[in-house]
Amino acid sequence: MNKRSFAQNTAFGIFWLTGATAVLIMVFVVGYIMVKGLPGISADFFTTSPRGGLSGEGGIYSTIVTTFYMIVVTLAFATPLGVGAAIYLTEYSANTESRVVRKLVILARFGVETLAGVPSIIFGLFGYALFVTALNMGFSILSASLAGACLIIPVIIRTTEEALKSVPAGYREGSLALGANRWETTWKVVLPAAFRGISTGVLLSAGRIVSETAIFFVTLGGSYRVPHSLMSGGRTMALHVYYLAMETRAFDKAMSTAAVLVGMIILMNLIINTITSRISAKQG
Amino acid sequence: MTPGIRRTGIEKTMKMVLMISALASVLIVLLIFLFTAKEAMPAFREIGIGKMLSDTTWRPGNNQFGILAMIAGSGLVTLGAVFIGVPLALGTAVFLSEIAPLWVAKIVRPSIELLAGIPSVVYGLFGMVVIVPWVRMIPAPGNTGYGLLSASIVLAVMVLPTIANISEFAVRSVPRGYKEGSMALGATKWETISRVIIPAAKPGIISAVVLGLGRALGETIAMIMVIGNSVILPTPVTSNPLSIFLSRARTLTGNIAVEISYATGVHESALFATGVILFILIMLVNSSARFLMRKGARS
Repeated sequence: MNKRSFAQNTAFGIFWLTGATAVLIMVFVVGYIMVKGLPGISADFFTTSPRGGLSGEGGIYSTIVTTFYMIVVTLAFATPLGVGAAIYLTEYSANTESRVVRKLVILARFGVETLAGVPSIIFGLFGYALFVTALNMGFSILSASLAGACLIIPVIIRTTEEALKSVPAGYREGSLALGANRWETTWKVVLPAAFRGISTGVLLSAGRIVSETAIFFVTLGGSYRVPHSLMSGGRTMALHVYYLAMETRAFDKAMSTAAVLVGMIILMNLIINTITSRISAKQG
Repeated sequence: MTPGIRRTGIEKTMKMVLMISALASVLIVLLIFLFTAKEAMPAFREIGIGKMLSDTTWRPGNNQFGILAMIAGSGLVTLGAVFIGVPLALGTAVFLSEIAPLWVAKIVRPSIELLAGIPSVVYGLFGMVVIVPWVRMIPAPGNTGYGLLSASIVLAVMVLPTIANISEFAVRSVPRGYKEGSMALGATKWETISRVIIPAAKPGIISAVVLGLGRALGETIAMIMVIGNSVILPTPVTSNPLSIFLSRARTLTGNIAVEISYATGVHESALFATGVILFILIMLVNSSARFLMRKGARS
């Protein structure tokens, strides 16, 4: 008996240690970035643009603008498509008798799963070949957003599907019984009820755009100027960190920009968790 | 038009629109594959796929386009990341699902979530500033700190959330009855975990590791920042074979990212060919993970 409880205590000790290690790694990475990065942040840091060249001087104003553009334009492409796909997969094709539709659904799901596994540099390569070169859009916010949309479409589809599935079947049955058709039911009853869940998916996608570097490295051009249209190139904050670290070796500025990035991600995670816990509280 | 006809009209149109959006993903995957393959054709034709895969020399100026060194770089860094990251990820998964009290889980889980959210460029920066100087302290000839070891450590942290989350899910989906049965027979909690729960969750755990592999193979920016990017077939730098990890290397992903912006002609095509090979490699890895998961769900 003693030997058995000794084995258990040793094993559990190791598991506690691994759990603690995971937390410590997070604290170390985030803490290090914050401690090194925050002192360099001032109001000027947000309101002036990088001076460019090899100086590494200046703030991050233009990169904030570009990041914002990228989020808005990418979401504008990906959200309707992703939400639409999720609606079809959950609302229109569930319990269908048609063999053709069932085959289509299997095909669509295969597409989503495959897309979710494609590494971002491949999206970048594709975006470079199709949008930047073949369609002549150049290194621009438009090219980069179209390539970025491929990355987040699976994210939006998955989260929207979850949100739609959590809407009670009674809502749909009630609406259909009152004579509304499938689309009216979806648009006026199901979507409003799933709104919060869908918005977490959109927020999650915005986070992916903020974090993404590889795709934009090969499609956005990297100009440090403020973009003035969809056809302008630019650099997002994440891309700016890369250029600062790898090209100008301005590690202090890179750390400060990274601290802003990590701060944004923490904030987004907090908002998502708040929305999610409210949803489950409402259902629970 | 009467309202009734209009309503059915909208319903039918929407149904079509939604179906097309559902198929958009398939279309995108197809487009990606066709476009990359089309751009890669000249390289495959002029250099030959066999030659690309077996030649270790990548010297675009000299018309030499072997990617074996990069395949070795990607493979070794992934192996290193799995070696460091998997024990930690699996330990955390079992800890979260079976051992941690609720208040502890409430600290560990958001921490892992945050690790998953940190941008890869931030991991790369952290690697350059913290990990690389650490590795540089290992005494070995020519060791700059940049290389496979630093890259493996950074990558291990990056794949930890993926592997931990999916394997926690696998451990949680083991039916409660298994556990209760084992405990009722007098087994301790640890005996139950190690002899009943983990074996039952094994297919899910393996597919979690394989999915982590896929993610590791695809990582780009963080790898460029810490791996050194030299196109050499990694070899041990001392008599100790493990010192191969102190060698600099380049990954398949890094090869594409670093050179695509200025490459032209066959060189550009060879980079697309690198992309096609990476794409196929990752598709194979991911579909074997899915296959394992389905097999696990059925049994």
